[in-house]
Amino acid sequence: MIEKHTIIVTVTNRVGILARITGLLAQRGYNIESAIAAPTENPDIYKIILVVMETDENVEQITKQLNKLIDTIKVTDISHKNNYIVREYIIVKVTLNSRTRSEVLDLMRVFEAKPIDLATDHLIVELTGHVRKIDRFIELLKPFGIKEFVRSGEFAMTEYN
Amino acid sequence: MKGAEILIDALIHEGVDTVFGYPGGVVIPIFDVLYQTDKIRFILTRHEQGATHAADGYARATGKVGVCLVTSGPGATNTITGIANARMDSIPIVVISGQVATGNIGTDAFQETDMVGLTRSISKHNYLVKNVEELPSILKEAFYIARTGRPGPVAVDIPVNVSNSILRNYKYPSEVFLPGYKPVTNGNQKQIEKLAYAIKSAKKPLLYTGGGIISADASAELLALLDKTNVPIVITLMGLGSIPTDYPTFLGMPGMHGTMAANLALTECDLLIGVGVRFDDRITGLRDQFATQAMVAHIDIDPAEIAKVIKPQIPVVGDAKKILQELIMKVQPRPKDEWNERTNAWKNQYPMTYDQATESDILPQYVIDRVSALADPETIIVTDVGQHQMWAAHYYKHRQPRAFLSSGGLGTMGFGLPAAMGAAVGRPDRTVVSISGDGSIQMNIQEFATCAINNIPVKVVILNNSYLGMVRQWQEMFWDEHYSQTCLKRGPNCPPKCTGPRPDCPSVYIPDFIKIAEANRIHGYRATKPSEVDEVLKTGLAQSGPVIMEFIVKSLENVYPMIPSGKPISAIIPGRSS
Repeated sequence: MIEKHTIIVTVTNRVGILARITGLLAQRGYNIESAIAAPTENPDIYKIILVVMETDENVEQITKQLNKLIDTIKVTDISHKNNYIVREYIIVKVTLNSRTRSEVLDLMRVFEAKPIDLATDHLIVELTGHVRKIDRFIELLKPFGIKEFVRSGEFAMTEYN
Repeated sequence: MKGAEILIDALIHEGVDTVFGYPGGVVIPIFDVLYQTDKIRFILTRHEQGATHAADGYARATGKVGVCLVTSGPGATNTITGIANARMDSIPIVVISGQVATGNIGTDAFQETDMVGLTRSISKHNYLVKNVEELPSILKEAFYIARTGRPGPVAVDIPVNVSNSILRNYKYPSEVFLPGYKPVTNGNQKQIEKLAYAIKSAKKPLLYTGGGIISADASAELLALLDKTNVPIVITLMGLGSIPTDYPTFLGMPGMHGTMAANLALTECDLLIGVGVRFDDRITGLRDQFATQAMVAHIDIDPAEIAKVIKPQIPVVGDAKKILQELIMKVQPRPKDEWNERTNAWKNQYPMTYDQATESDILPQYVIDRVSALADPETIIVTDVGQHQMWAAHYYKHRQPRAFLSSGGLGTMGFGLPAAMGAAVGRPDRTVVSISGDGSIQMNIQEFATCAINNIPVKVVILNNSYLGMVRQWQEMFWDEHYSQTCLKRGPNCPPKCTGPRPDCPSVYIPDFIKIAEANRIHGYRATKPSEVDEVLKTGLAQSGPVIMEFIVKSLENVYPMIPSGKPISAIIPGRSS
């Protein structure tokens, strides 16, 4: 069954590591939904968080291939685990007019989204939360007219050590 | 110490005695240091592809890391095929390329190519050295990564200003720091016990071993396991020579051009024990119908190979030598039984034969047979890629590991001559015979000059059928004899739609390989009749230097058995007459 998998790849911070990882997935024919590379508390260690739509068997193979990269320290597929905090960040530019203004502002209040910029015909909003919350927020904003949005992609952290 | 001096010092520390390569603008500083040392033998090839294959052949024959040194740009890109070839066959080589100065990287400078980008997907690992401070540790890591775990090629790209920079307090590191690279060598005890038990309970166990046995130096262990258990065994192209061809339970090479016995055993076995193999599509045929009766055990040093193609019930990750040692202790002796009789009967029922007596043309199989009989038993055989490669695999009598060197995974025509050259440099104590086709030999034919000028005594057998035989065979069998661009005699006066040899075919083969020998000032001999084969081989093998021995063989001979591409093993075609 093809489903979404979030994979955390812990790597040593060496030149070109992101290219190695994305290149590896492309080379073996896997599609990346999103990828984030970010530094950690240890400047020598980076975390790369990948979201892929694949079967369990393919994810097992992806995980092994990622582990095989010399600079990879650890690979974790967190999709079937519940001890992870997963978050995403989004900026949305939504169409606004006098008729829709209060409804949009209500929606923002419910989701605890923050306004970033307000213009005569649109509003730019930011929101952080679980991926499902972000999806729902977009869904509910759609009827008002979304001009543009940018999602960060998922990032995640284990609850315990 | 200068970067270039550090590089040469590192090579000496790593025990490198030979480097193959070609100079160029950005590596002059390195070649200047080579000029001043007598500790490293440099073999100047005539093409960088030749240098890379030579390093590969050196590594295969000696078990040491092969080294190749080239310039940036075209020098670097010419190594690509060689690197991909080494990667597919898990051969440890280190390819050092020059690069434009760090300040010019990204400006499309003269002879600039993104070597790290180009080799990312075909190397085990690669490096661009950004400053001289990191050069020592990168070189240490490069050699360590190339030879440990599952071996493979490592590319190191060194900008010219790094070679010229001075590092104070240089000391070659004694250890590597690679927190992400810790190859597992010890197999899981429980899995090994499970495997020992599975061998005991199986009615039809089969060993399927490959290049992993050679790289792990596990031939002795494999033989001991066989002696104790009498399990029938099939060995892939990459593993030939792990045990002698005449070992009683050896059934031959499996797969697309495998023996009937090997393929029937694969289909019928109830326990399949893969060791140092990767269930390549040329072995499995149609994957869904591969070894459907069998419980599968897979021993491999690379965890990513486990379940990549076939999901095993008993996975064992680790070093084949260590795991086999433990398996031998844990497994119970197994007497020969009905399964041994059955597999042996297949061997007798479907022998690999040919009938030279009824042919006026030389049969290629006969030439291989005679090489096997007349060459020293310790000979290292190197092949190119195509029909001759399969005939060499089947008809040569393999006697020891690291003595059959062939481009397995990538199937690189042009591998043979330079790889044989590397093998001969690495093992001057051995006779090295390169078996080629008339197509393959022309792909790196410039290396005859390297052999001749350095007196590298490679004995080159050319089986000349004037065709790109393997592709022609497919065209004959599956494409209605549409011999599209596979005839090497074809000229402008030939009929547009040729379906095979005719009386008015061009009579002359170009080039004349004997004249190629003469042009390189080496001996060349040609046999056109079966009666001349032995004489040519005896004369050629007796020469002290490099030799060309050309055999004009039957042009339309096919390799059998054959499993058509993408078909299950059961679709095997045993031979022309069947």
